[in-house]
Amino acid sequence: MNNDNSILSAIEPELADTIVQGRRDVFAKYAKAAGIMTSAPLVLALASNQAFGATLPKVIEDTLNFALTLEYLEAAFYDQGNASGVIPSKYRTVFRTIGGHETAHVKLLQGVLGAAAVKAPGVDFTAGGKYADVFENFDTFLTLSQTFEDLGVAAYKGQAGNLVGSAEVLTVALQIHSVEARHASEVRRIGLKFGWDGAFDKPMSKQAVLRAATPFLA
Amino acid sequence: MENQTSLTRRHLLKWTGAGATVAVAGALLPNFGISAALGAELGDGDIGVLNYAYALEQLEAAFYIQVLETPFANMQVNDQRILTQIRDHEIAHRDFLKKALGRNAIGALEVDFSAVDFASRASVLGTAEVFENLGVAAYNGAGQLISNVDYLAAAGSIVSIEARHAAAISDLIKPFSAEAVGRGNVDGKGLDAALLPSKVLKAAAPFISTPVTAATLP
Repeated sequence: MNNDNSILSAIEPELADTIVQGRRDVFAKYAKAAGIMTSAPLVLALASNQAFGATLPKVIEDTLNFALTLEYLEAAFYDQGNASGVIPSKYRTVFRTIGGHETAHVKLLQGVLGAAAVKAPGVDFTAGGKYADVFENFDTFLTLSQTFEDLGVAAYKGQAGNLVGSAEVLTVALQIHSVEARHASEVRRIGLKFGWDGAFDKPMSKQAVLRAATPFLA
Repeated sequence: MENQTSLTRRHLLKWTGAGATVAVAGALLPNFGISAALGAELGDGDIGVLNYAYALEQLEAAFYIQVLETPFANMQVNDQRILTQIRDHEIAHRDFLKKALGRNAIGALEVDFSAVDFASRASVLGTAEVFENLGVAAYNGAGQLISNVDYLAAAGSIVSIEARHAAAISDLIKPFSAEAVGRGNVDGKGLDAALLPSKVLKAAAPFISTPVTAATLP
């Protein structure tokens, strides 16, 4: 416990590497935010969804805008999917519920960021034609749904360290993170898979997440 | 050996006094001391938070070990496969935290599942759902109490697995339902619960015979 890395030694090597990799990222940014504690207005903004972006520390603003971009992508995906008729009736409740959560996440993050919130990106869920039948073939839709949900889980996980200085924002991010994990598990289940890939979920760096999401941004 | 004697005596008392009490696997390992029977104080700061997680993972691991040792009537292959994987994950989480804590780890806790009917699928899955959702809320609420970013990353790699479990259990109870993606636990803002240790320990207390105290955790 005295050794900073003792906890990592107990995890599988690949995960430890990912965490250490993420930590370099985190430390660079976290250094800038060091000492910043959440202020009362942020707590109010989180409670009421009122705008407050102007006073957010930059590292938190960047992190939340990154999260918001992913939530825009997910919300648009389920908006189109739920309207398309691609989803068999027995699964519609699941995807309507998921879509409702993603839309709620967009609103929440927009509310916290206020004027600093990024605009919704243009989207192309065919990824330039690679998934041309995404809203006609349920298997394709399911593949992308799982991709987005697992990506969301890994993305929030990778950013948690950026929010260590701000208890309220970190907690909200964690509260979104676990909802994405519930989604991912059920979507995998619909695809006749286990809801997980092992006992420990892996984080992804911002760069890796953006690389994975970019084909779907128009 | 003094240890051996007290262990034997304590187990005698336990087994003669309360037939329904299930000993946690590993309780007979050499590191188990009399302290666990007297009570476990989680400790301060990050160690306290990790011990708190360790206590919850002990509870979950013991539960699923029992579930698979005394399977409910007509356990289907699908139930068995999913519950076995979840059991193995909880054991991996428990052992990971114990190793990470090293000499600071609390002892093995004794659990009390007398309220669970292990012969009943509904009782087992209902209890599993409670434990998984409690675990999610516990990790979500504890993130803000962790100061070391490595420990936060480790907790993050566990909490989303708990959320994936929660969805899988809810799906076993009610396939392809809104509950399987969080209804009942996710609020109107799309947020999962976040609970502080005092609330979680109170909820878990009926299932843990060893008195667990957290003098410095909120």
